[in-house]
Amino acid sequence: MRHGWFAAALALALAAVLTFLTLPVVAIFTQQPPGDLVRALGEEGALDALWLSLRTTAAALAAILLLGTPAAYLLATRGFRGRAMVITLIELPLVLPPAVAGIALLAVAGDLHLGLPLTTAGVVVALVFVSAPFYLRQAIAAFEAVDPTLLDASRTLGASPARTFARIAVPTALPGLVAGTALALGRALGEFGATLMFAGSFQGVTQTVPLAIYDRFATDFTAALALSAVLVAVSAGILLAVKLVRGPVALRA
Amino acid sequence: MRRALALSGLCALLLAGCGDDGTIEAGDGKPRLTVSAASSMKEALSECAPAFPDADVRLQFAGSDELAAQIRQGAPVDVFAAANTKLPDALAAEGELEPPVAFASNTLVLAVPAEDAKVTRLEDLQREGVKLVIGAEGVPVGDYTRAALEQLGPARNAAILANVRSEEPDVKGVVGKLTQGAADAGFVYVSDVEATGGALKAIDLPSDLDVTATYAAGVVRGTGQPAAAEAFVDDLLAAGCHDALLAAGFGEP
Repeated sequence: MRHGWFAAALALALAAVLTFLTLPVVAIFTQQPPGDLVRALGEEGALDALWLSLRTTAAALAAILLLGTPAAYLLATRGFRGRAMVITLIELPLVLPPAVAGIALLAVAGDLHLGLPLTTAGVVVALVFVSAPFYLRQAIAAFEAVDPTLLDASRTLGASPARTFARIAVPTALPGLVAGTALALGRALGEFGATLMFAGSFQGVTQTVPLAIYDRFATDFTAALALSAVLVAVSAGILLAVKLVRGPVALRA
Repeated sequence: MRRALALSGLCALLLAGCGDDGTIEAGDGKPRLTVSAASSMKEALSECAPAFPDADVRLQFAGSDELAAQIRQGAPVDVFAAANTKLPDALAAEGELEPPVAFASNTLVLAVPAEDAKVTRLEDLQREGVKLVIGAEGVPVGDYTRAALEQLGPARNAAILANVRSEEPDVKGVVGKLTQGAADAGFVYVSDVEATGGALKAIDLPSDLDVTATYAAGVVRGTGQPAAAEAFVDDLLAAGCHDALLAAGFGEP
C-alpha cells in the first residue's frame, strides 16, 4: 500500500505518453470518413506522389546497400587511425536538421555544377544523404557482433576475403542489416525538408508523398489526410517488420 | 473536442507562438498578439512589428493558403494578413474572420539572378532547358503567376509552364531556389527582389498584363484581443507597418 502511489504515478505517466503519441495518429483516420480517404488516394497527383516515393526510396536504398555494406564491414572489422573520427563523420547527417542537409546539398551542387537540384535524381541524393547513416550505424554494429573466430575459420579453410564477406559475414549479420535497411527506408519515406530545399516540389518529378501532403494541407485537407494515412500504414509495417526480424534482441543495439 | 485535443498537442510543433500558456500578457504588461502573415511581408513586418505600441506582436510567416488552413483548423491566431483578397474573403464567408480590408499592393515580376542570368526577358522563358520556379497552386503568388501567364495566350502559356521545375509552398521558396542558383528564373513580388539586397534582379512584365497583387487583412473571429488586433490592422492600413511596407517596395492598395 505504501508503494501504491508510485505504481499509480508510473501508470499515469504511461497513460499520458500513450495518449499524447497516439491521439494525433488516430485523428488522421477518424477526421474524415474512410471512403473519402480512399477516394482522395485515387486522385492523379496522389498516385504520382506514391509512385515517385516508391521509386526514389528504392533507388536510394539500392545505393545505400551497395556502398554502405562494404563500407560498414571495413569499419567494423579493421582497426585504423581515425576510425572513430570516420564513424562520427558518417553519423553526422543523423543529427543534422533536414534544413541544414538541404542547404549543404545545394551548396555542394552549386560548387560542383552537378545539375541535381530540381530533378528526381536530386531527390534520391537527398534521401541517401539523410537516411544512409541509419543503415550504416546498424550495419557496423551487426558486423562487429559477428564472432571473429568464424571469419578466421573461413579464411584458414581457404576462403578468400571476398568469399568470407559474402558467405559468412553478411549472412551472420543479416538480421542487423535488415533492421538497418528498414530504419533507412522509414527515414527516406518520410524525408521532407532536405527534399523541398534541394529538389523542390513538382508533381511526378520531385513531389514525394510528404511534399504532396504539405502541398495539399492548405487546399485539400482530405487528400493530405489520405496520403498521411498511407505513410502511417507503411511506417507501422516497417516497424513491425523490424521487430519480427530482430525478435527478442530488437532493443539491444 | 477530439480535434481540439489533437491540435493542442500538435500546435507546440507547428506554431511558434501558439499558446504556450493560456495567458495573454507579455512580459511588459502589453497584450500578446499572434499575427499570421504572408511570407512576402517577412522583411517589412519584422521591422515594424516591434514598434507597434498596443501589443507584443508575434509574427509567423508562411504561404497565405497554409496560414488560412491553420486558422480553419482552430489555430489561435489574432490577425490574418494575406497576399490576396480571396483567402481572407473566404475565411470571412466561413465566419472565421471579421470583414477584411485591403491594406497594400504588390507587383508580380520575373526574378533572375543578378549575375550571369540565363534569362533576360520574358520571351526567354519559352526556351528549352530554362529552369523556372513558381508558387504552387493555391498560394497567392502561384495563382497570380498562372493568371498572368494565361494572359499571354494558350501557346505561350503552355510553353512557359513546360519549363516549370518546382512549385514552391511559398514565395520565399521561389526566392531561395534563385539565390542558391538552383533555378534560372522565377515569378515573385517586386518587394521580394528588393529584399534580396541585390542578389536578384527584377524583370518587369509587359504593362498590358494585370500583375497587381492586393493584400488584405482581418481580425480572426473569437480572438481574445479584439482591440489590439483591430489596432494592428489599422497599423497595416495607415501607420507604422504601412510605411514599412511602402519602404519595402509595396504599393497602396
